[in-house]
Amino acid sequence: MADFLNMMIGPLALADWLSWIFLVTGSFFTIVGTLGIVRLPDVFSRMHGAGIVDTLGISMILTGLMFQADEAIVAIKLVLILLFVFFTSPTTTFALARAAIHGGVIPGPTVDELKPTPKAEQEAESSNT
Amino acid sequence: MSLSMFAVAAIAILVSMVLSMIRALVGPTVFDRILAVNTTGTLTVVLISVYGFLDGRPDFLDIGLLYALINFIGTIAVSKYVKFQELGHPFDGPDEGDV
Repeated sequence: MADFLNMMIGPLALADWLSWIFLVTGSFFTIVGTLGIVRLPDVFSRMHGAGIVDTLGISMILTGLMFQADEAIVAIKLVLILLFVFFTSPTTTFALARAAIHGGVIPGPTVDELKPTPKAEQEAESSNT
Repeated sequence: MSLSMFAVAAIAILVSMVLSMIRALVGPTVFDRILAVNTTGTLTVVLISVYGFLDGRPDFLDIGLLYALINFIGTIAVSKYVKFQELGHPFDGPDEGDV
């Protein structure tokens, strides 16, 4: 590995600093994404949370692990996992969204405040005419 | 004993897995459950990798790679089964055999 990664900055080497930064950021985005899966209102918006986990969270954690790899083959395997998740995650989301639309889940407002009420629709129609 | 960086990441991944399994248990539609199980599987891949580094044995990465493959195929298969009610070629419909 490159020599500058072994340069000591304060108590840790540069590679360790980078690993800490990437791992903590990746952990943050992973928790945020799964919070989105729990909190968001319907399937299609929950896919957004899953996308955060699959892109930012996973890639940052795996990049942080790459700085700790002793041998080249370990880093190559990490890159392989990263590439595989990078390409399969949108495919899975696409297939799932198609299955959900086919299965009758309606994309649209699911929060009650955003749903058009019958009274509001009547007022909108009367104001148009 | 100081907390290593891998332990921090492993704890965060475990918390995330618990959160997504909550969605898999309560999710109102079957698609919520598929999505949550897929996310849990992806997190398992990373957890296996992080555990390999935590234990000083990066050979665990092979298992993680295999798990990523199985996770993808499994999610696609379950999506297709839920959509078409079978895994083979459907008989009719505008998008035959398509996921």
